[in-house]
Amino acid sequence: MRRLAAALRRFFAGDIWWSFRRSPIAVGAALVALACIFCAVFADWVAPHNPFDLTTLELLDARLPPSWLEGGSPKYLLGTDDQGRDLLSALMYGARISLFVGLASVLLSLLIGVSLGLLAGFVGGRIDSLIMRICDVMLSFPAILIALLIDGIARLRFPNAPETLSFGVLVLAIAMTGWMQYARTVRGSTLVERNKEYVQAARVIGVRPWRVMFRHVLPNVLGPVLVLGTIHVASAITLEATLSFLGVGVPPTMPSLGTLIRVGNDFLFSGEWWIVIWPSCMLVLITLSINLLGDWLRDALNPRLR
Amino acid sequence: MTPPLLEVRHLRVEIPTRQGTLLALDDISFEIAPGEVLGVVGESGAGKSLTGASIIGLLDPPSRIAGGEILLQGERIDTLPDEQMRRLRGRRIGAIFQDPLTSLNPLYTVGRQLVETITTHLDLSAAAARRRAVELLEQTGIPAAAQRIDQYPHQFSGGMRQRVVIALALAAEPQLIVADEPTTALDVSIQAQIITLLKTVCRERGAAVMLVTHDMGVIAETCDRVAVMYAGRIVEIGPVADVVHRPAHPYTVGLMGAIPSMEVERDQLLQIDGAMPRLNAIPSGCAFHPRCDKVMERCKVERPELMSAGPARAACWLHEERP
Amino acid sequence: MIAFILRRMAQAALVMLAVAFIAFTLFQYVGDPVNNMLGQDATPEQRAQLRRDLRLDSPAPVQFAYFVANAVQGDFGLSLKQGRKVSGLIAERFPATLELAVAAAVLALLVGVPLGVHAALRRGRPSAQATLLLSLLGVSLPTFLIGILTILVFSARLQWLPSFGRGELVDLGLWSTGLATADGLRHIVMPAFTLSVFQVALIMRLVRAEMLEVLRTDYIKFARARGLSNRAVYFGHALRNTLVPVITITGLQLGSLIAFSIITEKVFQWPGMGLLFVQAVEFADIPVMAAYLCLISAIFVTLNLFVDLLYFAVDPRLRVQGGAH
Repeated sequence: MRRLAAALRRFFAGDIWWSFRRSPIAVGAALVALACIFCAVFADWVAPHNPFDLTTLELLDARLPPSWLEGGSPKYLLGTDDQGRDLLSALMYGARISLFVGLASVLLSLLIGVSLGLLAGFVGGRIDSLIMRICDVMLSFPAILIALLIDGIARLRFPNAPETLSFGVLVLAIAMTGWMQYARTVRGSTLVERNKEYVQAARVIGVRPWRVMFRHVLPNVLGPVLVLGTIHVASAITLEATLSFLGVGVPPTMPSLGTLIRVGNDFLFSGEWWIVIWPSCMLVLITLSINLLGDWLRDALNPRLR
Repeated sequence: MTPPLLEVRHLRVEIPTRQGTLLALDDISFEIAPGEVLGVVGESGAGKSLTGASIIGLLDPPSRIAGGEILLQGERIDTLPDEQMRRLRGRRIGAIFQDPLTSLNPLYTVGRQLVETITTHLDLSAAAARRRAVELLEQTGIPAAAQRIDQYPHQFSGGMRQRVVIALALAAEPQLIVADEPTTALDVSIQAQIITLLKTVCRERGAAVMLVTHDMGVIAETCDRVAVMYAGRIVEIGPVADVVHRPAHPYTVGLMGAIPSMEVERDQLLQIDGAMPRLNAIPSGCAFHPRCDKVMERCKVERPELMSAGPARAACWLHEERP
Repeated sequence: MIAFILRRMAQAALVMLAVAFIAFTLFQYVGDPVNNMLGQDATPEQRAQLRRDLRLDSPAPVQFAYFVANAVQGDFGLSLKQGRKVSGLIAERFPATLELAVAAAVLALLVGVPLGVHAALRRGRPSAQATLLLSLLGVSLPTFLIGILTILVFSARLQWLPSFGRGELVDLGLWSTGLATADGLRHIVMPAFTLSVFQVALIMRLVRAEMLEVLRTDYIKFARARGLSNRAVYFGHALRNTLVPVITITGLQLGSLIAFSIITEKVFQWPGMGLLFVQAVEFADIPVMAAYLCLISAIFVTLNLFVDLLYFAVDPRLRVQGGAH
């Protein structure tokens, strides 16, 4: 605990925090992202309604425009959809699902990628070549294709899957599209570290090089991996939204922002533009702020620019 | 007395930085006569390249000219608008840089780059320009010029490439060439060839050369006059024989002493204690005084101007004329 | 150089084989290959016959060999959902996707390159900053969202442009094009725009970064020192050197455009291969999925090879193997 406090103190006294405070864009983006995350995490308390509690829905309130327009009601700030669900609340719950899927898949991706990267870099030889080859081939395919394939295969194998399973498949599918970049970066650093004297010295002494590697490679690699991960969260969320929009994403009982947009798509021509616009804005807000943060983080951590 | 080709008067160049404004060139004054070869020598960071860059008007921002004048044949060029300055470059003042590998565009043939330069400044047809390009290559010592003109830069060796660079610099017959360390990036065996070539072709055309280098040997062989720079100032300037054999400024004395000589036996190479000060820590008075073995109280306070010391001029209180 | 080409082709063949293997696994093991070939309404005798024909009792490598042999001829069996030959379906839809992808690529180049050059040359000015921000937006916005928004604005609200389908087509035998009619052109505008946004942002950022690098080089400095005009320096030298890596990267992006068209085709109901693939995933139509996979890899691999050759053509340093003298 004390070490954590000391680390935090060092962080706030350091370059990165200084650079952060000086960049209005980074601060703005962080605030927006935090606000979205807050709403998403605490949706149960923050949201004015629970759009998925069927007992609270009133069909008579369906298709109401936002409160500031004619016909709107202050009870539903941003309007309602065709089932009478409050859009503001649906946004928050939807954001929660989107963020959850995004974070989970990035974490899984990190786990797979970092492990494989360490393995490839440390063991070398044929395993290294094999992993790198797979990396190269998978990298040349667009993420959406990989995700769709995995999803399609799962659908076939488990035609009547329960929610949690299809959720898990989705997370896996998205994770499989992104592990390659971590693997490559970590492998590169591992190769560099492997040849350094302290590793050889550790071998001579008898310390397992594994432990030494972890304590030294990981810190070196943390910076770029962090940047990659941040930007990856945004693209993971986007990918999930795309998949949900296409109908092969989250199960219908756990609607993410992508699902909401798909629903709203049906009302483009009937005039209820708000059903599609609000979830779209929320999605863009989240991804844009995370992207900006990632961009800033990359510049801040770049030793050349410092 | 023929009027000077280039006159630099009290030139000051400053570099604004986050920590404040640094004065990189502090009151530089010198002249170059038509056809003369002036060497500019000094350690890295003394300001030699900046002087050259200021003259051709290609100072990298944020560096900028903060004072003084630069006159070419009596007309001020430091205040010219961009378009006129551009016309001047290449046509009246040419430039040669250090690394021939990166000075040439790798995607274009040597011939195309030559012809482009020629037609920019001279009113020649494409065919005439090409003939002239071949001539230039021949004059700079490139064998089989008529065939090699259509080759790419990477097909030439380092020394050959620098010859091409020289040909390019001379393409529009400028009156002054600013050569910034033209041989530093070349093999030692080639350096002499290139320097001789430069001197010869410029002499043939009556072009003056401002040769910036840190190699005193090259200066001694090639130049008519030499200016010694230190910490953004000129500390000594004069005919090359005088400055080399009878240096007047203690720094120049130190520089000469550091050159190994075939004639004089010495146990150790003389070294000047200390290092050239950084731009944000230039001493008051004479910038060299912390390292000078002949330092006087006055040196620490008052900055000396260039004053007469025999045929040369040195910025040192030792040479103050006694009234 | 011949050695280089041969080596690359060998690599390409390897990759294709790996992909074919994945497709094969899909075909044989994830689904029922007999079902895949004959569809749902086949008699038991037909099935038994097919089992013999397909040598399903043979060892796996033999089956794989036959799969590859069939694949090379374009035979992937019948679509489970539509009951028609997969190859026919794909051939029908290929022109639509290709036209869309090419239109998007051309648009991306036409808009992205000038914007990137502008952002590099006018660095620091507000217009350049604005362009950079726009590019960030372009990279952050999901493609489907752009599609929906354009439909909302231009179809629903303004009613200027149609929102689905290809419109009037002209049949040229093997190929049916939508570019020959005004109606077809009106139909392709929004989908092409939607598909190109991500590319525009990417190209713009790439061009800007490359150009800034190039502008710092010695040969640009030397060109200026020779008194060449700004136009010659920026467009004759800097741009040419910038475009070399850009053009080649864009070539590779054509492949990803074809894949990204999946989303755009769904949004605009564009009858291309992408839409086919999405429907195949929804209905677990294995033959279509396998065929699409193989075709896409073939396209990617060919593009990769082509781009490598392009590098050779454009950069003289790679061409001449003779040493410097």
